[in-house]
Amino acid sequence: MQQQASGHTLKAFDEDIERLRALISQMGGLAEHAITEAMRCLIQRDLEGAAQVVKDDKKLDALEVETEKRAVQLIALRAPMAADLRDVVAALKISGVVERIGDYAKNIAKRVPLLEDVGKIEPLSLLPEMARIATGMVHDVLDAFVERDAEAAVRVCERDNAVDDFYESIFRALLTHMMEDPHNIGHSAHLLFVAKNVERVGDHATNIAEMVYYAATGTYMADRPGKSPR
Amino acid sequence: MDMKEKMPITPVTPVPTTSAAIAAEANREGPVTTDDPAQAEREGATPLDGEGGKLPNLSMAQLPNIQDSSDEQIAPAAPPKMSAQDVSVFYGEKQALRDVSIKIHNDLVTAFIGPSGCGKSTFLRCLNRMNDTIPTARVTGCIELDGEDVMASDMDVVQLRARVGMVFQKPNPFPKSIFENVAYGPRIHGLATSKSELQGIVEKSLKRAGLWEEVKDRLQESGTALSGGQQQRLCIARAIAVDPEVILMDEPCSALDPIATAKIEELIHELRGRYAIAIVTHNMQQAARVSQRTAFFHLGEMVEYGKTSNIFTNPREQRTQDYITGRYG
Repeated sequence: MQQQASGHTLKAFDEDIERLRALISQMGGLAEHAITEAMRCLIQRDLEGAAQVVKDDKKLDALEVETEKRAVQLIALRAPMAADLRDVVAALKISGVVERIGDYAKNIAKRVPLLEDVGKIEPLSLLPEMARIATGMVHDVLDAFVERDAEAAVRVCERDNAVDDFYESIFRALLTHMMEDPHNIGHSAHLLFVAKNVERVGDHATNIAEMVYYAATGTYMADRPGKSPR
Repeated sequence: MDMKEKMPITPVTPVPTTSAAIAAEANREGPVTTDDPAQAEREGATPLDGEGGKLPNLSMAQLPNIQDSSDEQIAPAAPPKMSAQDVSVFYGEKQALRDVSIKIHNDLVTAFIGPSGCGKSTFLRCLNRMNDTIPTARVTGCIELDGEDVMASDMDVVQLRARVGMVFQKPNPFPKSIFENVAYGPRIHGLATSKSELQGIVEKSLKRAGLWEEVKDRLQESGTALSGGQQQRLCIARAIAVDPEVILMDEPCSALDPIATAKIEELIHELRGRYAIAIVTHNMQQAARVSQRTAFFHLGEMVEYGKTSNIFTNPREQRTQDYITGRYG
Protein backbone atom coordinates (compact mmCIF):
# COMPACT_ATOMS: atom_id res chain seq x y z
CA MET A 1 0.00 0.00 0.00
CA GLN A 2 1.35 3.36 -1.04
CA GLN A 3 1.43 6.38 1.18
CA GLN A 4 0.91 9.86 -0.13
CA ALA A 5 4.43 10.61 1.01
CA SER A 6 4.55 14.26 0.13
CA GLY A 7 2.52 16.85 -1.68
CA HIS A 8 2.37 17.20 -5.43
CA THR A 9 5.01 19.25 -7.15
CA LEU A 10 2.05 21.25 -8.40
CA LYS A 11 0.56 22.69 -5.20
CA ALA A 12 -2.79 23.58 -6.79
CA PHE A 13 -3.34 19.87 -7.40
CA ASP A 14 -3.15 19.21 -3.64
CA GLU A 15 -5.58 22.03 -2.98
CA ASP A 16 -8.06 20.65 -5.50
CA ILE A 17 -7.97 17.18 -3.97
CA GLU A 18 -8.27 18.55 -0.43
CA ARG A 19 -11.26 20.66 -1.42
CA LEU A 20 -12.93 17.59 -2.89
CA ARG A 21 -12.29 15.60 0.28
CA ALA A 22 -13.58 18.46 2.41
CA LEU A 23 -16.81 18.45 0.41
CA ILE A 24 -17.28 14.76 1.16
CA SER A 25 -16.71 15.36 4.88
CA GLN A 26 -19.22 18.18 4.82
CA MET A 27 -21.81 16.00 3.08
CA GLY A 28 -21.16 13.20 5.56
CA GLY A 29 -21.72 15.55 8.50
CA LEU A 30 -25.01 16.75 7.05
CA ALA A 31 -26.25 13.22 6.30
CA GLU A 32 -25.32 11.98 9.74
CA HIS A 33 -27.09 14.92 11.35
CA ALA A 34 -30.16 14.41 9.13
CA ILE A 35 -30.61 10.78 10.25
CA THR A 36 -30.10 11.60 13.92
CA GLU A 37 -32.42 14.58 13.72
CA ALA A 38 -35.15 12.65 11.83
CA MET A 39 -35.03 9.98 14.50
CA ARG A 40 -35.22 12.56 17.30
CA CYS A 41 -38.25 14.18 15.65
CA LEU A 42 -39.89 10.77 15.32
CA ILE A 43 -39.46 10.01 19.00
CA GLN A 44 -40.30 13.49 20.28
CA ARG A 45 -43.14 14.04 17.75
CA ASP A 46 -41.39 17.22 16.52
CA LEU A 47 -43.26 18.05 13.31
CA GLU A 48 -41.45 21.32 12.73
CA GLY A 49 -38.05 19.70 13.12
CA ALA A 50 -39.09 16.96 10.70
CA ALA A 51 -40.12 19.55 8.12
CA GLN A 52 -36.71 21.15 8.53
CA VAL A 53 -34.96 17.82 7.88
CA VAL A 54 -36.93 17.47 4.64
CA LYS A 55 -35.98 21.01 3.67
CA ASP A 56 -32.30 20.57 4.52
CA ASP A 57 -31.97 17.64 2.15
CA LYS A 58 -31.70 20.19 -0.66
CA LYS A 59 -28.30 21.18 0.72
CA LEU A 60 -27.03 17.65 0.32
CA ASP A 61 -28.32 17.52 -3.23
CA ALA A 62 -26.51 20.76 -4.02
CA LEU A 63 -23.29 19.51 -2.45
CA GLU A 64 -23.44 16.34 -4.50
CA VAL A 65 -23.69 18.39 -7.68
CA GLU A 66 -20.78 20.52 -6.51
CA THR A 67 -18.69 17.42 -5.75
CA GLU A 68 -19.40 15.95 -9.15
CA LYS A 69 -18.50 19.20 -10.87
CA ARG A 70 -15.21 19.47 -9.04
CA ALA A 71 -14.32 15.82 -9.58
CA VAL A 72 -14.94 16.02 -13.33
CA GLN A 73 -12.97 19.25 -13.47
CA LEU A 74 -10.11 17.71 -11.55
CA ILE A 75 -9.98 14.70 -13.86
CA ALA A 76 -10.04 16.95 -16.92
CA LEU A 77 -7.49 19.49 -15.74
CA ARG A 78 -5.11 17.49 -13.55
CA ALA A 79 -5.23 14.01 -15.12
CA PRO A 80 -4.85 12.28 -11.74
CA MET A 81 -3.07 8.93 -11.66
CA ALA A 82 -2.88 5.91 -9.37
CA ALA A 83 -3.87 6.73 -5.76
CA ASP A 84 -4.99 10.24 -6.79
CA LEU A 85 -7.24 8.82 -9.45
CA ARG A 86 -8.69 6.26 -7.06
CA ASP A 87 -9.28 9.04 -4.56
CA VAL A 88 -11.20 11.18 -7.02
CA VAL A 89 -13.28 8.29 -8.32
CA ALA A 90 -14.06 7.25 -4.73
CA ALA A 91 -15.10 10.82 -3.86
CA LEU A 92 -17.38 10.87 -6.88
CA LYS A 93 -19.05 7.60 -5.90
CA ILE A 94 -19.21 8.35 -2.18
CA SER A 95 -20.95 11.66 -2.77
CA GLY A 96 -23.73 9.78 -4.58
CA VAL A 97 -24.11 7.33 -1.72
CA VAL A 98 -24.11 10.04 0.96
CA GLU A 99 -26.77 11.92 -0.97
CA ARG A 100 -28.79 8.72 -0.90
CA ILE A 101 -28.38 8.46 2.86
CA GLY A 102 -29.80 11.97 3.06
CA ASP A 103 -32.82 10.76 1.09
CA TYR A 104 -33.44 8.07 3.69
CA ALA A 105 -33.37 10.70 6.43
CA LYS A 106 -35.84 12.75 4.44
CA ASN A 107 -38.07 9.71 4.01
CA ILE A 108 -38.04 9.06 7.75
CA ALA A 109 -38.81 12.72 8.47
CA LYS A 110 -41.74 12.63 6.09
CA ARG A 111 -43.29 9.80 8.09
CA VAL A 112 -43.14 11.74 11.38
CA PRO A 113 -46.56 13.47 10.93
CA LEU A 114 -48.12 10.12 10.04
CA LEU A 115 -46.91 8.55 13.25
CA GLU A 116 -48.02 11.33 15.56
CA ASP A 117 -50.45 9.27 17.61
CA VAL A 118 -48.52 6.06 18.00
CA GLY A 119 -48.27 5.00 21.61
CA LYS A 120 -45.11 3.89 23.34
CA ILE A 121 -44.63 0.57 21.58
CA GLU A 122 -41.50 -1.51 21.88
CA PRO A 123 -40.10 -1.17 18.33
CA LEU A 124 -40.12 2.60 18.72
CA SER A 125 -37.72 2.35 21.60
CA LEU A 126 -35.30 0.21 19.57
CA LEU A 127 -35.09 2.55 16.58
CA PRO A 128 -32.93 5.31 18.11
CA GLU A 129 -30.26 2.84 19.18
CA MET A 130 -30.28 1.23 15.73
CA ALA A 131 -29.97 4.65 14.12
CA ARG A 132 -27.12 5.52 16.48
CA ILE A 133 -25.09 2.55 15.25
CA ALA A 134 -25.87 3.26 11.58
CA THR A 135 -24.95 6.95 11.81
CA GLY A 136 -21.84 5.98 13.76
CA MET A 137 -20.86 3.79 10.81
CA VAL A 138 -21.38 6.69 8.40
CA HIS A 139 -19.33 8.96 10.63
CA ASP A 140 -16.45 6.53 11.03
CA VAL A 141 -16.32 5.46 7.40
CA LEU A 142 -16.00 9.06 6.26
CA ASP A 143 -13.26 9.57 8.83
CA ALA A 144 -11.59 6.52 7.31
CA PHE A 145 -11.87 8.15 3.89
CA VAL A 146 -10.26 11.33 5.15
CA GLU A 147 -7.48 9.36 6.87
CA ARG A 148 -7.14 6.88 3.96
CA ASP A 149 -7.42 4.20 6.63
CA ALA A 150 -8.32 0.84 5.04
CA GLU A 151 -8.35 -1.00 8.37
CA ALA A 152 -10.85 1.42 9.88
CA ALA A 153 -13.03 0.84 6.81
CA VAL A 154 -12.94 -2.91 7.44
CA ARG A 155 -13.97 -2.36 11.07
CA VAL A 156 -16.96 -0.29 9.94
CA CYS A 157 -18.20 -3.17 7.80
CA GLU A 158 -18.08 -5.51 10.76
CA ARG A 159 -20.63 -3.35 12.58
CA ASP A 160 -23.26 -3.77 9.89
CA ASN A 161 -24.32 -7.08 11.45
CA ALA A 162 -25.52 -5.27 14.55
CA VAL A 163 -27.73 -3.01 12.42
CA ASP A 164 -29.12 -6.02 10.58
CA ASP A 165 -29.88 -7.74 13.90
CA PHE A 166 -31.76 -4.69 15.09
CA TYR A 167 -33.77 -4.67 11.91
CA GLU A 168 -34.59 -8.32 12.34
CA SER A 169 -35.91 -7.88 15.87
CA ILE A 170 -37.83 -4.71 15.01
CA PHE A 171 -39.37 -6.54 12.08
CA ARG A 172 -40.51 -9.38 14.33
CA ALA A 173 -41.84 -7.05 17.01
CA LEU A 174 -43.82 -5.05 14.45
CA LEU A 175 -45.21 -8.23 12.94
CA THR A 176 -46.47 -9.35 16.33
CA HIS A 177 -47.86 -5.90 16.94
CA MET A 178 -49.78 -6.04 13.66
CA MET A 179 -51.18 -9.48 14.38
CA GLU A 180 -52.46 -8.38 17.73
CA ASP A 181 -54.74 -5.76 16.27
CA PRO A 182 -55.35 -4.85 12.62
CA HIS A 183 -55.64 -1.20 13.71
CA ASN A 184 -51.89 -1.30 14.29
CA ILE A 185 -51.08 -2.21 10.72
CA GLY A 186 -50.96 1.38 9.39
CA HIS A 187 -48.40 2.83 11.73
CA SER A 188 -46.53 -0.46 12.00
CA ALA A 189 -46.00 -0.44 8.26
CA HIS A 190 -44.60 3.08 8.50
CA LEU A 191 -42.30 2.07 11.33
CA LEU A 192 -41.16 -0.92 9.31
CA PHE A 193 -40.18 1.43 6.49
CA VAL A 194 -38.33 3.62 8.96
CA ALA A 195 -36.41 0.59 10.23
CA LYS A 196 -35.72 -0.51 6.66
CA ASN A 197 -34.36 2.94 5.82
CA VAL A 198 -31.99 2.84 8.77
CA GLU A 199 -30.92 -0.64 7.79
CA ARG A 200 -30.13 0.64 4.29
CA VAL A 201 -28.02 3.42 5.80
CA GLY A 202 -25.86 0.70 7.36
CA ASP A 203 -25.57 -1.05 4.00
CA HIS A 204 -24.55 2.17 2.31
CA ALA A 205 -21.92 2.82 4.97
CA THR A 206 -20.57 -0.65 4.12
CA ASN A 207 -20.49 0.25 0.43
CA ILE A 208 -18.58 3.42 1.22
CA ALA A 209 -16.17 1.36 3.30
CA GLU A 210 -15.45 -0.79 0.26
CA MET A 211 -14.75 2.32 -1.83
CA VAL A 212 -12.49 3.72 0.89
CA TYR A 213 -10.62 0.43 1.01
CA TYR A 214 -10.07 0.41 -2.75
CA ALA A 215 -9.04 4.06 -2.82
CA ALA A 216 -6.53 3.50 -0.04
CA THR A 217 -5.02 0.21 -1.20
CA GLY A 218 -5.81 -0.27 -4.88
CA THR A 219 -7.18 -3.71 -4.08
CA TYR A 220 -10.68 -4.87 -3.32
CA MET A 221 -11.84 -5.51 0.22
CA ALA A 222 -13.37 -8.81 -0.84
CA ASP A 223 -9.93 -9.99 -2.00
CA ARG A 224 -8.04 -8.96 1.09
CA PRO A 225 -5.81 -11.57 2.67
CA GLY A 226 -7.06 -13.26 5.82
CA LYS A 227 -10.62 -12.02 5.50
CA SER A 228 -13.17 -13.92 7.49
CA PRO A 229 -15.60 -15.87 5.36
CA ARG A 230 -19.06 -14.39 5.39
CA MET B 1 -3.92 -2.67 -49.83
CA ASP B 2 -1.34 -5.38 -49.73
CA MET B 3 -2.00 -6.80 -46.36
CA LYS B 4 -1.21 -10.36 -47.15
CA GLU B 5 2.50 -10.24 -47.79
CA LYS B 6 3.27 -10.33 -44.12
CA MET B 7 0.52 -11.93 -42.18
CA PRO B 8 0.83 -11.55 -38.44
CA ILE B 9 1.55 -14.93 -37.00
CA THR B 10 -0.38 -14.32 -33.84
CA PRO B 11 -3.64 -12.92 -35.01
CA VAL B 12 -4.05 -10.17 -32.49
CA THR B 13 -5.45 -7.24 -34.35
CA PRO B 14 -6.62 -3.99 -32.88
CA VAL B 15 -10.27 -3.23 -33.36
CA PRO B 16 -10.35 -1.03 -36.45
CA THR B 17 -11.54 2.40 -35.51
CA THR B 18 -11.56 4.35 -38.74
CA SER B 19 -13.82 3.46 -41.63
CA ALA B 20 -10.72 2.95 -43.76
CA ALA B 21 -9.35 0.54 -41.21
CA ILE B 22 -12.64 -1.32 -41.07
CA ALA B 23 -12.62 -1.61 -44.86
CA ALA B 24 -9.05 -2.84 -44.74
CA GLU B 25 -10.03 -5.35 -42.12
CA ALA B 26 -12.83 -6.63 -44.32
CA ASN B 27 -10.49 -6.98 -47.30
CA ARG B 28 -7.83 -8.74 -45.39
CA GLU B 29 -7.31 -12.31 -46.42
CA GLY B 30 -6.72 -15.29 -44.24
CA PRO B 31 -7.48 -16.04 -40.63
CA VAL B 32 -7.13 -12.75 -38.84
CA THR B 33 -9.28 -13.71 -35.92
CA THR B 34 -9.58 -16.98 -34.21
CA ASP B 35 -12.42 -18.79 -32.60
CA ASP B 36 -10.09 -21.02 -30.70
CA PRO B 37 -11.02 -20.41 -27.07
CA ALA B 38 -7.55 -21.23 -25.78
CA GLN B 39 -6.11 -18.65 -28.11
CA ALA B 40 -8.67 -16.10 -27.05
CA GLU B 41 -7.84 -16.84 -23.43
CA ARG B 42 -4.16 -16.19 -24.01
CA GLU B 43 -4.81 -12.93 -25.73
CA GLY B 44 -7.02 -12.21 -22.83
CA ALA B 45 -9.03 -9.39 -21.57
CA THR B 46 -11.04 -6.45 -22.61
CA PRO B 47 -10.11 -3.56 -24.87
CA LEU B 48 -9.56 -1.33 -21.84
CA ASP B 49 -7.17 -3.88 -20.54
CA GLY B 50 -5.35 -3.04 -23.70
CA GLU B 51 -4.48 -6.61 -24.46
CA GLY B 52 -5.97 -7.58 -27.73
CA GLY B 53 -8.60 -5.07 -28.58
CA LYS B 54 -10.90 -8.00 -29.08
CA LEU B 55 -14.30 -7.60 -27.57
CA PRO B 56 -14.62 -9.93 -24.63
CA ASN B 57 -16.87 -12.89 -25.10
CA LEU B 58 -18.53 -12.83 -21.71
CA SER B 59 -19.47 -16.27 -20.65
CA MET B 60 -19.94 -16.94 -16.96
CA ALA B 61 -16.81 -19.05 -16.89
CA GLN B 62 -14.71 -16.10 -17.98
CA LEU B 63 -16.25 -13.53 -15.70
CA PRO B 64 -13.82 -13.93 -12.81
CA ASN B 65 -10.94 -13.08 -15.15
CA ILE B 66 -12.22 -9.57 -15.64
CA GLN B 67 -11.36 -8.56 -12.13
CA ASP B 68 -7.97 -10.17 -12.29
CA SER B 69 -5.52 -7.53 -11.21
CA SER B 70 -2.68 -9.86 -10.40
CA ASP B 71 0.65 -9.71 -12.12
CA GLU B 72 0.61 -13.31 -13.18
CA GLN B 73 -0.41 -12.64 -16.74
CA ILE B 74 2.24 -10.03 -17.39
CA ALA B 75 4.07 -12.22 -19.86
CA PRO B 76 2.11 -13.76 -22.73
CA ALA B 77 2.64 -17.37 -23.69
CA ALA B 78 4.54 -16.60 -26.88
CA PRO B 79 8.31 -16.13 -26.55
CA PRO B 80 9.42 -12.50 -26.47
CA LYS B 81 10.71 -10.79 -29.59
CA MET B 82 13.54 -9.21 -27.67
CA SER B 83 14.81 -9.90 -24.21
CA ALA B 84 17.38 -8.10 -22.11
CA GLN B 85 19.02 -9.70 -19.11
CA ASP B 86 21.02 -7.77 -16.51
CA VAL B 87 21.96 -5.03 -18.92
CA SER B 88 24.29 -2.36 -17.51
CA VAL B 89 25.70 0.60 -19.39
CA PHE B 90 28.72 2.68 -18.47
CA TYR B 91 29.72 5.99 -20.00
CA GLY B 92 33.39 6.02 -19.07
CA GLU B 93 33.47 5.60 -15.28
CA LYS B 94 29.87 6.55 -14.78
CA GLN B 95 27.26 3.81 -14.66
CA ALA B 96 24.15 4.97 -16.49
CA LEU B 97 22.13 1.77 -16.29
CA ARG B 98 22.12 -0.97 -13.69
CA ASP B 99 21.05 -4.58 -14.29
CA VAL B 100 17.98 -4.01 -16.40
CA SER B 101 16.02 -7.11 -17.40
CA ILE B 102 12.96 -6.85 -19.59
CA LYS B 103 11.15 -8.65 -22.37
CA ILE B 104 9.60 -7.01 -25.39
CA HIS B 105 6.73 -8.83 -27.05
CA ASN B 106 5.37 -8.64 -30.55
CA ASP B 107 1.80 -7.85 -29.72
CA LEU B 108 2.42 -5.56 -26.80
CA VAL B 109 3.65 -2.01 -27.12
CA THR B 110 6.14 -1.43 -24.33
CA ALA B 111 6.55 2.08 -22.95
CA PHE B 112 9.56 3.30 -20.99
CA ILE B 113 8.84 6.17 -18.65
CA GLY B 114 10.91 8.00 -16.08
CA PRO B 115 12.48 11.37 -15.33
CA SER B 116 15.24 12.81 -17.49
CA GLY B 117 18.54 11.02 -17.09
CA CYS B 118 16.97 7.86 -15.69
CA GLY B 119 18.47 5.69 -18.43
CA LYS B 120 15.39 4.88 -20.48
CA SER B 121 16.81 6.24 -23.74
CA THR B 122 20.16 4.67 -22.97
CA PHE B 123 18.43 1.33 -22.60
CA LEU B 124 16.43 1.77 -25.79
CA ARG B 125 19.65 2.51 -27.65
CA CYS B 126 21.17 -0.74 -26.41
CA LEU B 127 18.51 -2.72 -28.23
CA ASN B 128 19.94 -1.96 -31.67
CA ARG B 129 23.46 -1.16 -30.45
CA MET B 130 23.18 2.54 -31.08
CA ASN B 131 25.43 3.00 -28.06
CA ASP B 132 28.25 1.56 -30.18
CA THR B 133 28.45 4.97 -31.79
CA ILE B 134 29.49 6.51 -28.45
CA PRO B 135 33.21 5.74 -27.95
CA THR B 136 33.15 5.77 -24.12
CA ALA B 137 30.03 3.65 -23.80
CA ARG B 138 30.37 0.09 -22.53
CA VAL B 139 27.44 -2.32 -22.35
CA THR B 140 27.33 -5.50 -20.29
CA GLY B 141 24.68 -8.14 -19.91
CA CYS B 142 22.73 -10.07 -22.49
CA ILE B 143 20.37 -8.84 -25.19
CA GLU B 144 18.65 -11.24 -27.53
CA LEU B 145 16.57 -10.81 -30.65
CA ASP B 146 14.59 -13.97 -31.33
CA GLY B 147 17.07 -15.78 -29.10
CA GLU B 148 20.04 -14.50 -31.07
CA ASP B 149 22.77 -12.64 -29.18
CA VAL B 150 22.64 -9.01 -30.28
CA MET B 151 25.90 -8.15 -28.54
CA ALA B 152 27.93 -10.88 -30.24
CA SER B 153 31.05 -9.54 -31.92
CA ASP B 154 30.13 -11.19 -35.20
CA MET B 155 26.69 -9.58 -35.26
CA ASP B 156 26.28 -7.49 -38.39
CA VAL B 157 25.28 -4.18 -36.83
CA VAL B 158 23.96 -2.70 -40.06
CA GLN B 159 21.75 -5.73 -40.52
CA LEU B 160 20.69 -5.55 -36.88
CA ARG B 161 19.58 -1.94 -37.27
CA ALA B 162 17.57 -2.92 -40.31
CA ARG B 163 15.79 -5.51 -38.20
CA VAL B 164 15.48 -3.18 -35.22
CA GLY B 165 14.52 0.21 -36.61
CA MET B 166 14.51 3.49 -34.76
CA VAL B 167 12.53 6.72 -34.80
CA PHE B 168 13.96 9.72 -33.00
CA GLN B 169 12.63 12.62 -31.00
CA LYS B 170 13.23 15.22 -33.68
CA PRO B 171 12.05 14.28 -37.15
CA ASN B 172 15.23 13.83 -39.17
CA PRO B 173 14.39 13.20 -42.82
CA PHE B 174 17.30 13.14 -45.26
CA PRO B 175 17.56 16.36 -47.29
CA LYS B 176 16.26 14.45 -50.28
CA SER B 177 12.91 13.83 -51.90
CA ILE B 178 10.11 12.13 -50.05
CA PHE B 179 10.51 9.13 -52.34
CA GLU B 180 14.26 8.91 -51.77
CA ASN B 181 13.85 9.12 -48.00
CA VAL B 182 11.83 5.92 -48.01
CA ALA B 183 13.62 4.21 -50.93
CA TYR B 184 17.09 4.68 -49.47
CA GLY B 185 16.97 1.82 -46.96
CA PRO B 186 15.49 -0.86 -49.24
CA ARG B 187 17.97 0.14 -51.94
CA ILE B 188 21.12 -0.18 -49.81
CA HIS B 189 19.84 -3.40 -48.30
CA GLY B 190 19.04 -4.75 -51.77
CA LEU B 191 15.40 -5.41 -50.95
CA ALA B 192 14.14 -4.46 -54.40
CA THR B 193 15.25 -6.00 -57.69
CA SER B 194 13.42 -3.61 -59.98
CA LYS B 195 12.31 -0.01 -60.03
CA SER B 196 8.65 -0.96 -59.89
CA GLU B 197 9.29 -3.17 -56.90
CA LEU B 198 11.03 -0.28 -55.15
CA GLN B 199 8.09 1.96 -55.95
CA GLY B 200 5.83 -0.67 -54.47
CA ILE B 201 7.83 -0.73 -51.23
CA VAL B 202 7.76 3.07 -50.98
CA GLU B 203 4.02 3.18 -51.51
CA LYS B 204 3.37 0.39 -49.04
CA SER B 205 5.56 1.98 -46.39
CA LEU B 206 4.01 5.41 -46.80
CA LYS B 207 0.56 3.85 -46.60
CA ARG B 208 1.40 2.01 -43.41
CA ALA B 209 2.78 5.20 -41.95
CA GLY B 210 -0.51 6.92 -42.80
CA LEU B 211 1.21 9.47 -45.03
CA TRP B 212 0.45 8.21 -48.55
CA GLU B 213 -2.72 10.18 -49.15
CA GLU B 214 -1.00 13.40 -48.14
CA VAL B 215 2.13 13.01 -50.26
CA LYS B 216 1.32 10.72 -53.19
CA ASP B 217 1.18 13.62 -55.65
CA ARG B 218 4.44 15.19 -54.56
CA LEU B 219 6.84 12.35 -53.97
CA GLN B 220 9.66 14.27 -55.61
CA GLU B 221 9.39 17.22 -53.23
CA SER B 222 11.93 17.51 -50.46
CA GLY B 223 11.17 15.56 -47.29
CA THR B 224 12.23 18.55 -45.21
CA ALA B 225 9.44 20.64 -46.75
CA LEU B 226 6.80 18.59 -44.92
CA SER B 227 5.25 19.65 -41.61
CA GLY B 228 6.77 18.31 -38.38
CA GLY B 229 4.11 15.62 -37.96
CA GLN B 230 4.42 14.58 -41.59
CA GLN B 231 8.20 14.47 -41.29
CA GLN B 232 7.90 12.17 -38.29
CA ARG B 233 5.55 9.86 -40.17
CA LEU B 234 8.02 9.98 -43.06
CA CYS B 235 10.72 8.82 -40.66
CA ILE B 236 8.43 6.01 -39.52
CA ALA B 237 7.81 5.08 -43.17
CA ARG B 238 11.58 5.08 -43.67
CA ALA B 239 12.02 2.76 -40.70
CA ILE B 240 9.24 0.46 -41.95
CA ALA B 241 10.59 0.33 -45.51
CA VAL B 242 13.39 -2.09 -44.65
CA ASP B 243 10.80 -4.47 -43.19
CA PRO B 244 12.06 -4.40 -39.59
CA GLU B 245 10.89 -6.71 -36.83
CA VAL B 246 11.18 -4.23 -34.02
CA ILE B 247 10.62 -0.47 -34.00
CA LEU B 248 12.17 1.64 -31.27
CA MET B 249 10.75 5.11 -30.76
CA ASP B 250 12.57 7.68 -28.69
CA GLU B 251 10.04 10.36 -27.73
CA PRO B 252 8.60 10.37 -31.24
CA CYS B 253 5.95 12.99 -30.45
CA SER B 254 7.68 15.47 -28.20
CA ALA B 255 8.25 17.90 -31.06
CA LEU B 256 4.74 17.53 -32.47
CA ASP B 257 1.40 19.26 -31.93
CA PRO B 258 -1.54 17.32 -30.41
CA ILE B 259 -3.12 16.45 -33.76
CA ALA B 260 0.12 15.12 -35.22
CA THR B 261 0.70 13.31 -31.92
CA ALA B 262 -2.71 11.65 -32.15
CA LYS B 263 -1.91 10.51 -35.69
CA ILE B 264 1.36 8.94 -34.56
CA GLU B 265 -0.40 7.26 -31.64
CA GLU B 266 -3.08 5.89 -33.95
CA LEU B 267 -0.29 4.66 -36.19
CA ILE B 268 1.35 2.88 -33.28
CA HIS B 269 -1.96 1.12 -32.63
CA GLU B 270 -2.16 0.03 -36.26
CA LEU B 271 1.44 -1.16 -36.39
CA ARG B 272 1.08 -3.21 -33.25
CA GLY B 273 1.14 -6.93 -33.91
CA ARG B 274 3.06 -6.42 -37.14
CA TYR B 275 6.14 -5.10 -35.35
CA ALA B 276 7.30 -5.27 -31.78
CA ILE B 277 7.27 -1.67 -30.58
CA ALA B 278 9.11 -0.02 -27.71
CA ILE B 279 8.59 3.67 -27.04
CA VAL B 280 10.30 6.11 -24.72
CA THR B 281 8.06 8.97 -23.68
CA HIS B 282 7.98 11.79 -21.18
CA ASN B 283 4.28 12.11 -21.62
CA MET B 284 2.69 9.68 -19.20
CA GLN B 285 -0.72 10.08 -20.75
CA GLN B 286 0.86 8.97 -23.99
CA ALA B 287 2.37 5.90 -22.35
CA ALA B 288 -1.06 5.17 -20.91
CA ARG B 289 -2.71 5.63 -24.28
CA VAL B 290 -0.42 3.65 -26.57
CA SER B 291 1.17 0.91 -24.52
CA GLN B 292 0.10 -2.38 -22.99
CA ARG B 293 3.22 -2.75 -20.84
CA THR B 294 5.04 0.01 -19.02
CA ALA B 295 8.48 0.05 -17.45
CA PHE B 296 9.39 2.80 -15.01
CA PHE B 297 13.07 3.79 -14.84
CA HIS B 298 14.69 5.82 -12.10
CA LEU B 299 18.35 6.63 -11.52
CA GLY B 300 19.56 3.97 -13.94
CA GLU B 301 17.38 1.21 -12.54
CA MET B 302 14.20 -0.29 -13.81
CA VAL B 303 11.99 0.18 -10.78
CA GLU B 304 8.81 -1.45 -11.97
CA TYR B 305 7.47 -3.25 -15.01
CA GLY B 306 3.90 -4.34 -15.48
CA LYS B 307 0.63 -4.00 -17.29
CA THR B 308 0.08 -0.38 -18.22
CA SER B 309 -3.38 -0.49 -16.68
CA ASN B 310 -1.93 -1.60 -13.36
CA ILE B 311 0.99 0.83 -13.39
CA PHE B 312 -1.35 3.78 -13.79
CA THR B 313 -4.03 2.69 -11.34
CA ASN B 314 -2.16 0.76 -8.70
CA PRO B 315 1.63 0.72 -8.98
CA ARG B 316 3.45 -1.50 -6.53
CA GLU B 317 6.46 0.70 -5.91
CA GLN B 318 6.41 3.94 -4.00
CA ARG B 319 8.80 5.58 -6.47
CA THR B 320 6.52 4.74 -9.37
CA GLN B 321 3.55 6.07 -7.46
CA ASP B 322 5.32 9.34 -6.68
CA TYR B 323 6.46 9.82 -10.25
CA ILE B 324 3.19 9.15 -12.02
CA THR B 325 1.12 11.18 -9.58
CA GLY B 326 3.42 14.16 -9.95
CA ARG B 327 5.01 14.04 -6.49
CA TYR B 328 8.49 13.18 -7.60
CA GLY B 329 11.45 15.32 -6.60
